[in-house]
Amino acid sequence: MQLDAESLTESESSLSIAVLVSVGRHPLTGRPRRADQDARALEMAFSVAGAAPALLHAGPCDDPSEDALRCYLGMGGGTDLDSLIVLEQTADADIIPALADELTALGPQLVLCGTRAETGESSGMLPYLLAERLGWPIITGVAEIESIHEGVVVALQALPRGQRRRLSVRLPAIATADSAAPAPRASAYGPAMRGALTFSNTGSADDEARQDWLVSPARKRPKRLKIITATSARERFKAAAAKSQGGGGKVLKDLSPEAAAEAIQALLKEEGVLR
Amino acid sequence: MHNDNDSLPRRDPRWEWIARNRLHPLHEEALAGPATVRLNAHVWQGPNGLTRRDPHQVGFIAASGLKRIDRTGAQGATELNPPGGRKAATADARQFVTIDDPAFIVAVVPDLPGGRLSSHDRDLFGLARQLADADPDRPGAVLAVVFDELREDGFADAGADRLLHHVERASASRPATAYAAETRLGVLADVERELSPRHWLLPDSATGGAELGRRLAARLGERPAIQVWQIENNDTGLRCTGRGAAGATDISRALPRLVLALPECAEPVARTRHEARPLSLSLSEGLAYMPGRIQNLGAVAVDPAQVALSEAEFILSAGRGVRDWEGFHKAAAALGATEGASRVAVDDGFMERDRQVGASGTWVSARVYIAVGISGAIQHLQGIQSCDKVVSINLDPDCDIIKRADLAVIGDAAEILTALVALQQRESKSHAA
Ligand SMILES: Cc1cc2nc3c(=O)[nH]c(=O)nc-3n(C[C@H](O)[C@H](O)[C@H](O)COP(=O)(O)OP(=O)(O)OC[C@H]3O[C@@H](n4cnc5c(N)ncnc54)[C@H](O)[C@@H]3O)c2cc1C
Repeated sequence: MQLDAESLTESESSLSIAVLVSVGRHPLTGRPRRADQDARALEMAFSVAGAAPALLHAGPCDDPSEDALRCYLGMGGGTDLDSLIVLEQTADADIIPALADELTALGPQLVLCGTRAETGESSGMLPYLLAERLGWPIITGVAEIESIHEGVVVALQALPRGQRRRLSVRLPAIATADSAAPAPRASAYGPAMRGALTFSNTGSADDEARQDWLVSPARKRPKRLKIITATSARERFKAAAAKSQGGGGKVLKDLSPEAAAEAIQALLKEEGVLR
Repeated sequence: MHNDNDSLPRRDPRWEWIARNRLHPLHEEALAGPATVRLNAHVWQGPNGLTRRDPHQVGFIAASGLKRIDRTGAQGATELNPPGGRKAATADARQFVTIDDPAFIVAVVPDLPGGRLSSHDRDLFGLARQLADADPDRPGAVLAVVFDELREDGFADAGADRLLHHVERASASRPATAYAAETRLGVLADVERELSPRHWLLPDSATGGAELGRRLAARLGERPAIQVWQIENNDTGLRCTGRGAAGATDISRALPRLVLALPECAEPVARTRHEARPLSLSLSEGLAYMPGRIQNLGAVAVDPAQVALSEAEFILSAGRGVRDWEGFHKAAAALGATEGASRVAVDDGFMERDRQVGASGTWVSARVYIAVGISGAIQHLQGIQSCDKVVSINLDPDCDIIKRADLAVIGDAAEILTALVALQQRESKSHAA
C-alpha cells in the first residue's frame, strides 16, 4: 500500500504500532509459515495511515522459524518496515514477562496481534495477560480499524454470522485481529531477505505449569449419538428405526400467492430474521 | 390383590402358575379367578407359559377388504395397554433434585445468544453437573450467572441449582454504551469474591464466551484450560483434554479452576430437573467496574449480499425453477437475505460459483433457508443439513425438498416472490408512516 504523504502530515504524525508476530504452522503440511492472523494484524497496521509498525517476536528462533518470520518482513516492501525484533526465549518459556518489558521499553500506542497462535498451547490468553499486566484495555476479534483520531481507535469487531459491532477504545490499547480481517498481502522475497532481525537477549522464565501436560496429536472426537431415553424395547426400536428427518413439515397447497407470501412472512417473523 | 388405584396392569405370577397347573388344588378357582390371570381376551398365558394370542380377535379390516394385523404395535396398543395405562408413567420421569446445602459451587456463565440457551450452553450445564455430582455424598450446586434480558426459563431443566440474574442498568458510572464484556467481568469478579466457586465453566464460543472467559482468567490470575472437549475422573484426579495448536494437538492436564469448553463436551441434562433458585448478591456496583475505556457503538448494518454463504443466517436460494431472475434478486434485497443457488442455477450462468449450496459448493448453516424452485437433490440436501428451518417454494408437491422443508408452499415461484416483495414493501411503508 502506498502511504499517503498528506495524511501523514495532517494526522497524528507518527502513531507507533507494535505488531506481535509468531511462527505459524501450515494446517496441511505442518510446515512453519507466517501465522495467518498475525499476518492479518500486520496488514491491519499497514491500513492505518501514518503508522510506523514495529514487529516483535518472542520465542525460539531456529532456521525454519527464521524463514517464517522473514515472511512478515517480506510484506514490508514499499513501506519503511525493515526490521523485526526477536526476543529469544527457550521453547517452553513463559514469554509474557519478556514481551511486557519490551513493550514498556518500546512504548507503542497500539499493540496488534492475532487472536490465537497456531502452535503450542494456542490458548489465546497472551493478549489478555499482556493487557492485564500493562493495565491497557483490549478489544478482540477486530475485522477493521476504521479510524484513529485524538487517541481513540474506532474499530469493527467481527461477530459470528458475518455481523459487525463498532467499538471505540482509548489508546494505549491492545487489539487482536480476527480471521475475518482483510487477507494479508503476499510476502515478497527481496524485502524478506533484506530486512534485519534484531536479536535482543532477555532472560526467559520457564513455564512450569506446562511440565506435566500430556500433548498428543489431536484425536478424532467421538460423534455424538442420538440420546434415546426410551423405557421399553418397542420405544427403543421405534427410535432406532425412525428416519432422522422428514415429516412434521407443513405443506400448503392451492393457496393464492398472497396467502402463501403471508405464510412465509409469518415464519420469517417468528424466526426473527426480518429486519 | 388387585389394586384399583393402580392404572398399570399388574400380573400375579402365582395365580398364573396355579392356572397353568391342572393338578393344583386351587386350579379351578384360579381359572375362574381375577382378571389379572388373563390379561385380556386376546392375549393369555398358554399352558406352557408362552403368550398366546387369538388372531380372530385382533386386527382391523383394511381398505382392500382384507383383515390386517398391525404388528408394529400402533394398532394393538390400545388392546395391550389399556387406555391411560402406561402413558401415565411416561409423563415426566425426571427426578427433581434440590441441593440445599451445597459443598461447593460450580459456576456456569452461558452465552445465551438471543436470550436463549444454545445447545452449547446446555452441554456446558451437563459438564457442570458432572463436576457437581461427582461425589454423591457431598454434592455441589451448579450456579448459572446470566445477564440482561432473558427469553429463557429452562434453567431448571438445563441443570442449574441456583440462578444469578444480573440486569445491567445504565448509571452515572456506567453509560449505556459500556462494553458488555467489561461490565460483566466486574460482576463475575464479584461472584468470585462472594462465593468463590470451585470451578468456572464458560463456552469457548465466538458468541461471547471465549472472550469473557479469557478476560476472567486474566483477571483472576487463573490459567484456564481452553477448547476442552472431555473431562475424566481417574485415579490421578480430574483431568481434562482440550485442543491445542489451533486444533492440531490434544493437551491433557489436571483440571484447572477455569474451563472453556467446546460444544458437545458433555451430554446435556436429561434425567433430572433442578431448582434454579434465584440468588441475589449484593454486588459492589460501580466499584468493580472498569471506567468505560471501551465503548460499544452498536451493531453495524452489514450488507447481506456481502456475507459469506457459510456464515449467512438467512438465505434465499434459487434453482432451475426460477425464471424471473430480476424478481429473485429484488426479493433477496427486500427480505435482506443472502443469495444462494443450486448447482443447475450456477451451471446455467445465472449465479456466481461462490453462491452454490451443496455437496460441491458451500455447506451452509443458516437459521432460515428458503429454497425457490429447487427439487432437493441429495447433493443439495447435504449442503443444508445444518439449517434450522427450511422453506420451499415449488410447483411439484412430490419432490424431495418437501420432505425436508418445515414449510412447503406449492405454487409458482415468480408469483409468490412478487407477492412477498409487495407484502414486505407495504409493511415497511406502514412502519415509516
Ligand atoms: C457429483 C455431483 C455433485 C453435485 N453437487 C451439487 C451441489 O453441490 N449443489 C447442488 O445444488 N447440486 C449439486 N448437484 C446436482 C444435483 O444432483 C441436482 O442436479 C441439482 O441440485 C438440481 O438443481 P435444481 O433443484 O435447481 O433443479 P431441478 O432438479 O431441475 O429442480 C427444479 C425444481 O423447480 C421446480 N419448478 C419449476 N418451475 C417452477 C416454478 N415456476 N415455480 C416453482 N417451482 C418450479 C420444479 O418442480 C423442480 O422441483 C451435484 C450433482 C453431482 C452428480
